[in-house]
Amino acid sequence: MLTGALIVVLSFAYVGLLFAIAYYGDKRADAGRSIIANPYIYTLSLAVYCTSWTFYGSVGRAATSGIGFLPIYLGPTLMAALWWYVLLKMIRISKAHRITSIADFIASRYGKSHLLGGLVTIIAVLGIVPYIALQLKAISASFSTMLQYPNVTTASTAALPVLQDNTFYIAMLLAAFTILFGTRHLDATERHEGLVAAIAFESVVKLVAFIAVGIFVTWGMFDGFADVFSKAAAAPELNALLVQGGAAGNYTTWASLTVLSMLAIILLPRQFHVAVVENVNERHLNKAIWLFPLYLFAINIFVLPIALGGLMYFPAGTVDADTFVLTLPMAEQKTWLALLAFVGGLSAATGMVIVETIALSTMVCNDLVMPILLRWKFLRLTERPDLSGLLLGIRRSAIVVVLVLGYGYFYLAGEAYALVSIGLISFTAVAQFAPAMIGGLFWKGGTRLGALCGLSAGFLVWLYSLLLPSFAKSGWLPITFLTEGIMGFDLLKPQQLFGLDGLDDISHCLFWSMIANVGCYVGFSLWRRPTANEHSQANLFVDVFRHVAPGSGSRFWRGSATVADLQTLLSRFVGPERANESFAAYTRSQGITGIEQVTANAVLVHYVESQIAGAIGSASARDMVASVVVEEPLALDEVMAIIDEASQALAYSRQLEQKSLELEAATNELRGANQRLQELDRLKDDFISTVTHELRTPLTSIRAFSEILGDNPNLDLEQRTKFLGIITRESERLTRLINQVLDLAKIESGAADWHPSEIDMREVLDDAVTALSQIFKEKRIALELQAPAQIPLVMADRDRVTQVVLNLLSNAANFCDKPDSRVTVALVTEASGLRVDIADNGIGISPSDQAVIFEKFRQVSDAAAGKPRGSGLGLAISREIIHHFGGRLWVESTPGRGSKFSFSLPVRSGHFSSIAA
Amino acid sequence: MIGPTLKGQRLVALFLFGCLLFNFPLLSLFAGSGRIWGIPLIYFYVFIAWAMIIGLMALIIEHKDP
Repeated sequence: MLTGALIVVLSFAYVGLLFAIAYYGDKRADAGRSIIANPYIYTLSLAVYCTSWTFYGSVGRAATSGIGFLPIYLGPTLMAALWWYVLLKMIRISKAHRITSIADFIASRYGKSHLLGGLVTIIAVLGIVPYIALQLKAISASFSTMLQYPNVTTASTAALPVLQDNTFYIAMLLAAFTILFGTRHLDATERHEGLVAAIAFESVVKLVAFIAVGIFVTWGMFDGFADVFSKAAAAPELNALLVQGGAAGNYTTWASLTVLSMLAIILLPRQFHVAVVENVNERHLNKAIWLFPLYLFAINIFVLPIALGGLMYFPAGTVDADTFVLTLPMAEQKTWLALLAFVGGLSAATGMVIVETIALSTMVCNDLVMPILLRWKFLRLTERPDLSGLLLGIRRSAIVVVLVLGYGYFYLAGEAYALVSIGLISFTAVAQFAPAMIGGLFWKGGTRLGALCGLSAGFLVWLYSLLLPSFAKSGWLPITFLTEGIMGFDLLKPQQLFGLDGLDDISHCLFWSMIANVGCYVGFSLWRRPTANEHSQANLFVDVFRHVAPGSGSRFWRGSATVADLQTLLSRFVGPERANESFAAYTRSQGITGIEQVTANAVLVHYVESQIAGAIGSASARDMVASVVVEEPLALDEVMAIIDEASQALAYSRQLEQKSLELEAATNELRGANQRLQELDRLKDDFISTVTHELRTPLTSIRAFSEILGDNPNLDLEQRTKFLGIITRESERLTRLINQVLDLAKIESGAADWHPSEIDMREVLDDAVTALSQIFKEKRIALELQAPAQIPLVMADRDRVTQVVLNLLSNAANFCDKPDSRVTVALVTEASGLRVDIADNGIGISPSDQAVIFEKFRQVSDAAAGKPRGSGLGLAISREIIHHFGGRLWVESTPGRGSKFSFSLPVRSGHFSSIAA
Repeated sequence: MIGPTLKGQRLVALFLFGCLLFNFPLLSLFAGSGRIWGIPLIYFYVFIAWAMIIGLMALIIEHKDP
């Protein structure tokens, strides 16, 4: 038999245990040995998402809509995949700017706006109050159900007079716990290690309790999953729960609940608090990305079996499905299991209430009350030496007020709704933060005006289409408000706004509020250019991963202050002791030894501002610091200039990189040129030595024969004539050689005279063939000229080209020794120009020689060819000439079968000659 | 840790994949009254898909990638 006293004692003992854990956690934190600094505790603290909504409400929802309870957990699972980008960014920003609540975050993002912070706070408080009421309702219902043990009836949760109502006392106990561990002292980072430890513990308790009940129902009362489902399928009214559609709700509801829960997991004040503010190390986020969904998965496996079990076990309508987790063990007389379930439900509810009230109280204090108090000059707050006591007082009062409001909603409207429906009202409220928050994270263009208008519009739609109807359904507003709209305007019926029908109330409100919210946010943001302040904050937030250095925010500040003023200011808000600690930490971080060496520069001012921001919010902190600092406001163009600096630096470094690349290329070019020079130098040496050698050969023979003639005056005439002939020929050869060397040198140095004109190639060939015909006749070589009737003219120097043709022809003549030798000169018109082929059937040139014959002084010195018969410069000169006119000279040859020298010259289009011409 | 890292992109892809799995019309494929191992089709599908998504998340996060 369970008595009320036992249950009360148990509840108090449980909360006492929480106290102990929180106390231990705080002690360890003070000693510097944190027990929460690991990803597992972080994940468990995130599981504060699972409240009594999950513990009791999911089963209730499953009992009416099958798997319709699941989107609330699928949404966060999907969102967890995006944490890598979204949540990490929020954590980084919050740590850089000492942001302690979602109101502070949004206010800070849009230029540290008081108005925006206050608006977010009001929306959060009004939106979350029903959610807190939900927890109180769950605690109250489970308490009264337990009191009836072992009888199972749906206890009325109709409120008793306040002072006789256990729920009221539980609410106050929770307030006491929260005050004790949530506002023990003021801290710039607003972190509460003990509290997080207690929350993590609660997450374990609720998971264990729920799974224990699930296992008991599935295997204790039934024979496994399959048994539960097959028995349920046999009952026609339950079978509908097992298929999607119908009772499970339509896909629109499913999708909008998924979206809502995706937003809620990052935007609920308590989720922001545990995920961002209480985050010890951002690396913990990694593991939480998959561990947190795993937790959600685990706590949901048994929801349907419990729901179906309860529906089958109890006669229809006798027991509220929201209490099945508790009533099933009770009905089976499992006292300890029922107590475990009760404690599990208690932990789910208390965890949520504690964290949510802390988050809300921080917001209320920093973003609502303090800005107003600081503005009331007659309070002379700005002159008080120590404000930390006042701050703590405000927060403690805020905690009590929030809980009283929650209790009030529960007292007034709690009866009309199931747990989940109440929670969804809150989810839709916090979803209104999404455009300003997510837009602010990734879009620099969002402005204060846009955020204000968007939030207000979304909030008003929510108020009108969701919160007020919930009052109407509870009888606190005339029900005609719902059925006929305001003042009888049909189009303004709050849940069929503008005649939109066919959506459930949540999807309906989500649709209209998001249209209003996003529309106003984007529209008004684009209305006007952002101010300097907005612009600088937008940059700090959106580009947070680039501004990583501490104090980077100070780039946007310019002014003068004294160190003493700043220290006094800080100690007024966080107390002298913590102020001294902060300054000591600052001097250490700056690498200076004593406080007297600190200079009041922008970095220090920013540091102090962020420390104060932790205590009173960023917007108020800015005002406070401004009161002791003579700030020179930055104009928009200056801020733009600072921002541009970064991109300029980037561009500059890119330029540098390019310059160095260019330099490298130039170096390579120089190196190449140097190599070429060395090569040329070597070639010049070779050339000189070759030329010298070539000159010496004829000189030697001239000198030898001259000496013979001089020494032998009695030589007969025949001999004398022969020797003189040799001397003459050798002299000619010498002259020719010297002419060619000079010629080549001129061409190569570019000093040659060119006289280009349009020439008819056929004439050139005719002339050359005629000139050499005598020689060919003497050598008995057949010479044939093949040319088409009409050929285009080419632009070239006629004498030079003739020189080339003569050179090639005489070469051909030189290498044709066979009896039936023949040389063919062919003129061919090609697409790109004219080609002249001079083919012989002589000895041919070996492939290795083909590669070198165009070089200077390289002659084919084959045994069969006998001694060289030319200067070795002819082909080199020919090639230079052809190149000069844009053509090409090459050779094709097979040794023993003859060679074909060809050259091509480009044609100037449109000019033709013909035989007739 | 941030930026268009491979890990981050994989997670975004997984997010999109999850959105597809948990929505109309894929969901409607399993709306029938069939059973797998005695478990209703839709219930089975959602939980298996859910477990798979979590498994992939764990794989992506814990995978030691240079």
